Amino acid sequence: MPALPDGEPVPSDGSLPEWLADAPPAAESLGLYLHVPFCRVRCGYCDFTTYTAAELGGGGDRATYAAAASAEVALAARALGAVGRARPVGTVFLGGGTPTMLPPGDLARMLLAVRDELGLEPGAEVTTEANPDSVDAAGLEALAAAGFTRVSFGMQSAVPHVLATLDRTHDPERVPQVVGWARDAGLAVSLDLIYGTPGESVEDWRRSVEAALETGVDHLSAYALVVEEGTRMGALVRRGFLDAPDPDDQATKYELVDELASAAGLAWYEVSNWARPGAACRHNEAYWRSADWWGVGPGAHSHVGAPDAAVRWWNVKHPRPYAERLAEGGTPAAGREVLGADDVRLERVLLGARMADGLPVSALSAAGREAVAGLVADGLVAGRDAVRGRVVLTRRGRLLADAVVRALTD
Amino acid sequence: MSPIPSAAQTARITPAATPPELLRNFCIIAHIDHGKSTLADRMLQLTGVVDDRAMRAQYLDRMEIERERGITIKSQAVRMPWAVVDPAGVTSAYALNMIDTPGHVDFTYEVSRSLAACEGAVLLVDAAQGIEAQTLANLYLAMEQDLHIIPVLNKIDLPAAQPERYAEELAGLVGGDPDDVMRVSGKTGEGVAALLDRIVAEVPHPVGDPDAAARAMIFDSVYDTYRGVVTYVRVVDGHLSPRERILMMSTRATHELLEIGVIAPEPNPTQGLGVGEVGYLITGVKDVRHSKVGDTVTNQSKPAAAALAEYQDPKPMVFSGLYPIDGSDYPDLRDALDKLKLNDAALAYEPETSVALGFGFRVGFLGLLHMEIVRERLEREFDLDLISTAPNVVYTVTMEDRTVATVTNPSEFPGGRISEVREPVVRATILAPSEYIGAIMELCQQRRGDLLGMDYLSPERVEMRYMLPLAEIVFDFFDQLKSRTKGYASLDYEQAGDQVADLVKVDILLQGEQVDAFSAIVHKDKAYAYGVMMATKLKELIPRQQFEVPIQAAVGARVIARETVRALRKDVLAKCYGGDITRKRKLLEKQKEGKKRMKTIGRVDVPQEAFIAALSTGAEGEKKK
Repeated sequence: MPALPDGEPVPSDGSLPEWLADAPPAAESLGLYLHVPFCRVRCGYCDFTTYTAAELGGGGDRATYAAAASAEVALAARALGAVGRARPVGTVFLGGGTPTMLPPGDLARMLLAVRDELGLEPGAEVTTEANPDSVDAAGLEALAAAGFTRVSFGMQSAVPHVLATLDRTHDPERVPQVVGWARDAGLAVSLDLIYGTPGESVEDWRRSVEAALETGVDHLSAYALVVEEGTRMGALVRRGFLDAPDPDDQATKYELVDELASAAGLAWYEVSNWARPGAACRHNEAYWRSADWWGVGPGAHSHVGAPDAAVRWWNVKHPRPYAERLAEGGTPAAGREVLGADDVRLERVLLGARMADGLPVSALSAAGREAVAGLVADGLVAGRDAVRGRVVLTRRGRLLADAVVRALTD
Repeated sequence: MSPIPSAAQTARITPAATPPELLRNFCIIAHIDHGKSTLADRMLQLTGVVDDRAMRAQYLDRMEIERERGITIKSQAVRMPWAVVDPAGVTSAYALNMIDTPGHVDFTYEVSRSLAACEGAVLLVDAAQGIEAQTLANLYLAMEQDLHIIPVLNKIDLPAAQPERYAEELAGLVGGDPDDVMRVSGKTGEGVAALLDRIVAEVPHPVGDPDAAARAMIFDSVYDTYRGVVTYVRVVDGHLSPRERILMMSTRATHELLEIGVIAPEPNPTQGLGVGEVGYLITGVKDVRHSKVGDTVTNQSKPAAAALAEYQDPKPMVFSGLYPIDGSDYPDLRDALDKLKLNDAALAYEPETSVALGFGFRVGFLGLLHMEIVRERLEREFDLDLISTAPNVVYTVTMEDRTVATVTNPSEFPGGRISEVREPVVRATILAPSEYIGAIMELCQQRRGDLLGMDYLSPERVEMRYMLPLAEIVFDFFDQLKSRTKGYASLDYEQAGDQVADLVKVDILLQGEQVDAFSAIVHKDKAYAYGVMMATKLKELIPRQQFEVPIQAAVGARVIARETVRALRKDVLAKCYGGDITRKRKLLEKQKEGKKRMKTIGRVDVPQEAFIAALSTGAEGEKKK
């Protein structure tokens, strides 16, 4: 698992900096992320905060997790309320781990806590991640009944040998089936894919994208595989048992998914995300727009901002101290960072540049504005949008987004 | 009876009042590692000038680097008393001046001045190794100056010593009988007292006119933080006294003699120095350039008519760009060079700017060892991290319009219509076991050498003489020679004028922009190999950019080698949620910091580390061949 950042300590009661009370939020909406740190097996490539044992001791057990998470939701309502930022939540996202490792009742209980403590906006987007083999039709019905509006399945690939390399256990045939059940239950559906897995050919990738699009979903995420240090896959690559992903191959695959998704009517709205009109994930958009979001759960990060300052914090990673701290009435936060105006500006460019509607040229520094023409000339930034005062990445620009951001923030 | 003179005997050899007949001035000619410093230590102990407790191993080698490398860069002179009983049974005291000579080819002029201060030389050779090329060169210098040579084999205590064999070799070189070759051990002290006796018996005493105008030759000058410049002289005629004003004959500068004395082995002020005596002067000047080795010191009020010998300014033969790895160290590098210069009259430098390496200096050196020593002192004594460009020599370029340019930096090699390029050549002497003749010939041929002659010193050892372009030996010739002869070969060289050569400048271009630090002047036949080597290396070291980067090696407008760094296609983090954002922002800040250390050639960002790696692996890559 990646180490937590270095930061300053957080007040033991989890209270937020008082200056937030005097500043308007950077964006209207409030998002809530709920992390569920449990999986049946840990996949070789995964470095997220997740545990496969049911009993982690203390209050960290899977069975009592919903209670601990609900306690943090209550803390969120208190802390946000103290600085005038408590408001009905516009988006909820349950991620993991594998949220559906918990029974639907537990997921519903946590959602109920959000509704009770903060409230939900009418028409709120409520998503949960799920593995194709950890849900069935009844479970999906139950989630919809509890107020979930959207489900995101970790499909990753439609090719058995690729799924095997990723340690994914589901049968690819099951994906269209669970997508069907979810839609029957009235849920919007998204599929996640991973490209660049060792051994995956371009044709393998084409098959996976086509299989995903054939289900008729209106949202698709495609992520380049990153081999992280400290994972089982990282060790296999280091020892030469697996080939490291080739960035040129991943570029080819990115271009392919972009072509196929566009042709199927799903337009890119963020570097790694495609959707039909109106089907973009509002919760994820909130991250890239530097809105306020509270991350509940072990290892979760939160962000509460103002136009020229922000605070971000992160929770302890292990479910047991997480639960214990909440049980004692304190904050589970491990550290925080306060961002000044320069950091906030930098993050806005870094995140905004990833979006299809881009960022206004006026948000850039003088040097950044000067760099735009060169980026247009290099085919990295769309000239048509630049003329209208917005920086929007071309397909090549998206593949080189980090280089573009460096140029824009010089 | 002790060979250390009694008080009464010592009175006769009081400095400034010693009759020349009681003086013996000698030096020790030896190769690095042949034990000169150890022998000198033993002499200091035997003559009682250093007691055992104060004995520091290799007392005369002051600087840390000298001690570590076992070589002596700066010579000094120590006065030692020694009593000898003559056949009639009369004991007389003598004052022996041991003048320490620099041991390396780069300091030939300084060596010649040290030798000129002596009447005799101890030729010291390791009894397990035999004579080396540099020792031979210095022996020839000493013989040219008519010094009396006492051949000595050292380290006879070593199990590997072969005194019979090498005694024959030495006898063959200096003339005489192998039995005349002395055998000593600096380590155990065996034979050292006998050697001192023999110096008294055989080395001629100095001869000079005590009534003539004072003339003293400077054979060394050293900067001391507390005293300023300490100048070492040998008085030839007349007398120098404290407080009088002296005149430096080459510069006509005058100074007051604040202190004059002898080294025994710490400075001892005296009432002056008389004919034949060796000692030091302090005038308060702060820069060794005001007290030049080879210059003649005389009395201002009664100046000598003619100097002792024509003074020669040291002439840099090898140049290299020195750049701080951290650009902000540039002022420190400048200060460090300014300080080193106080103690090193041969060091020449001027500021230079490189697109690839930033601000630095083009530094001129007497030779390769000098270059290494300077660089090491800068890094060690001044704590600087430096990158040096490949060393090069001085070229004289004549254009078709007859204008002449002197090129010390390859990137300044003129374009346009060149009529002729001249490069310095050296006469090299290589001594090696005869089984390596083939390997040495092969190497020298590759380096454009001409065999001048070859002689057998013994059935097993051969002396080979070559004319070689200096440029061909400045880089890695010595390493190559050593590796091809299992370390047995030794090398010496001396300047031997210049020659016309078919030389071209190879430029390295990134996206059509020249990278100055990699331009090289090479023989036409080697241009292609250099171009390919450099282009390949840079291709590996230059990170992929958002666009394709052609790397070309070119002679003038003609491209002789080409490589391409393919365009980077993907540089984006797939996910950017929650904790990723903090990581990403920190990474971005780090990359921006890193960008400050990037050099931009045209629009190609190259980390300075890549240039440094290209320059440094250059040397290693060559060595591996």
